[in-house]
Amino acid sequence: MSADTPLMKEPDANPEGATPTGSTTDRAELIRFTDVTKRFGGTTILDRLCFSVDAGKHVTLIGPSGSGKTTILRLLMTLTKPDEGTITVGGQQLYPASEKQCREVRKNIGMVFQQFNLFPNMKVLRNLTEAPVNVLGLSKDEAEQRARELLDLVGLADKCDAYPTQLSGGQQQRVAIARALAMRPQVLLLDEVTSALDPELVAGVLDLLRDIARTTDITMLCVTHEMNFARDISDQVLMFDSGQVIESGSPEKIFGDPTHERTREFLGAVL
Amino acid sequence: MNFDWSNLGDFMPAFWDGVLVTLQALLGGSLLAFSLGLVWALAQRSSLKVVSWPVKAVAEFIRNTPLLVQLFFLFYVLPEWGLTLSALATGILGLGLHYSTYTAEVYRAGIDGVPAGQWEAATALSLPRSRTWIAVILPQALRRVVPALGNYVIAMLKDSPMLMTIGVLEMLGEARQFGSQTFQMNESIVAVGIAFIVIAYPASLLLRALERRLVR
Ligand SMILES: Nc1ncnc2c1ncn2[C@@H]1O[C@H](COP(=O)(O)OP(=O)(O)OP(=O)(O)O)[C@@H](O)[C@H]1O
Ligand SMILES: [Mg+2]
Repeated sequence: MSADTPLMKEPDANPEGATPTGSTTDRAELIRFTDVTKRFGGTTILDRLCFSVDAGKHVTLIGPSGSGKTTILRLLMTLTKPDEGTITVGGQQLYPASEKQCREVRKNIGMVFQQFNLFPNMKVLRNLTEAPVNVLGLSKDEAEQRARELLDLVGLADKCDAYPTQLSGGQQQRVAIARALAMRPQVLLLDEVTSALDPELVAGVLDLLRDIARTTDITMLCVTHEMNFARDISDQVLMFDSGQVIESGSPEKIFGDPTHERTREFLGAVL
Repeated sequence: MNFDWSNLGDFMPAFWDGVLVTLQALLGGSLLAFSLGLVWALAQRSSLKVVSWPVKAVAEFIRNTPLLVQLFFLFYVLPEWGLTLSALATGILGLGLHYSTYTAEVYRAGIDGVPAGQWEAATALSLPRSRTWIAVILPQALRRVVPALGNYVIAMLKDSPMLMTIGVLEMLGEARQFGSQTFQMNESIVAVGIAFIVIAYPASLLLRALERRLVR
């Protein structure tokens, strides 16, 4: 986990099999939104939205407040349903789909929330073992071992027996990240995971996410206002406005030389 | 008014019988109210209208009719339907049923009070519905409702003399019986009053202590 390992740059259009790095699924498309429309009341939040994310990529969603970034993550997590359109994850349809099919797809997706949403009635260790035991069918011992390894990874090995309320916000969020990883998801959704934290706690959580991005092949979709972080970890940045992706590209391109007027305005306001 | 405390000695055996019956009614009534109330609360949340609607209607009906009427109904009507219970069992059923409609509201508020984020986290972890209820939602909801449930236990204690009207010899019933045999009411009534305080006051202290521990 040396801090100066450069982000692996993917050469464009490299033929399958010829790549020395990564598995063969690296280049496969994992998530696809096709003509997804979502309305709340009378307002259209997502308007025939189309985009796709390749496996193993780290994609950052940016855009003005209310542009629907959270809604996109919630659609993927099946916390809400689109009004029209289709969403596929790993070739399996998430919508429209039966509840059973949703459940299967959902197992491959983890989410970290702005407000952590740890289970306050369970100790930290059990927060991490509850789902692996009851969903993946791991034995208690296996799940606890996995949980301890993850707590070690997030630097909280000594907090197994604490209750979430006894931890700082930054520690809670790191537990929440570990809890999501305990399910070994293919996709990790991160919704402004540092915006509820005191400023001095932000760096620790972002560093952890940088580490995870670097050392795992997990596909990450994150919504963030931390533009430096976005620049560091992203393979691709998607700019949302008016319910659609108005611009997408490498972080160098979006942050360095945005083509769209709205992107320039937005970045001008947040940077 | 004249008090002759020597009468009290004669009342004591009956008094202790009455205390025991009162505590039995309270315990049975509470257990019934706690468990039935949870059943009603969950049924009212059912997405099946055929389940939620009748439960809501019946609960509303029971909550808005007097306990005394319900006790009479159970005592006189149940036997006609072939269900003959002892007076105490009928009393416990009446208390439990009546108060279950209140505890149902308490549970409902407790469940609604669990933040939406908890449901969402459970979904994000793919926890099955039943597991979400058992491991995540109910433990948090129950912790919140203990103080309110406790208040209903004390209310139930104070309603327990109504069981006298269907022939349950709880504390007040014993006192009245003693009075009608000896024509000495004063001392026994005072003793019963004191007994209520002696039960209720520590119970409410206990509750407050529990509340401090649970609500953080
Ligand atoms: N459950 C809901 N009911 C009604 N309106 C909603 C609901 N959820 C979101 N919205 C609306 O949808 C729009 C998009 O919300 P969303 O949370 O996806 O935006 P966002 O891009 O994440 O914004 P922010 O950067 O402020 O978090 C907002 O205008 C919001 O008010
Ligand atoms: Mg948002």
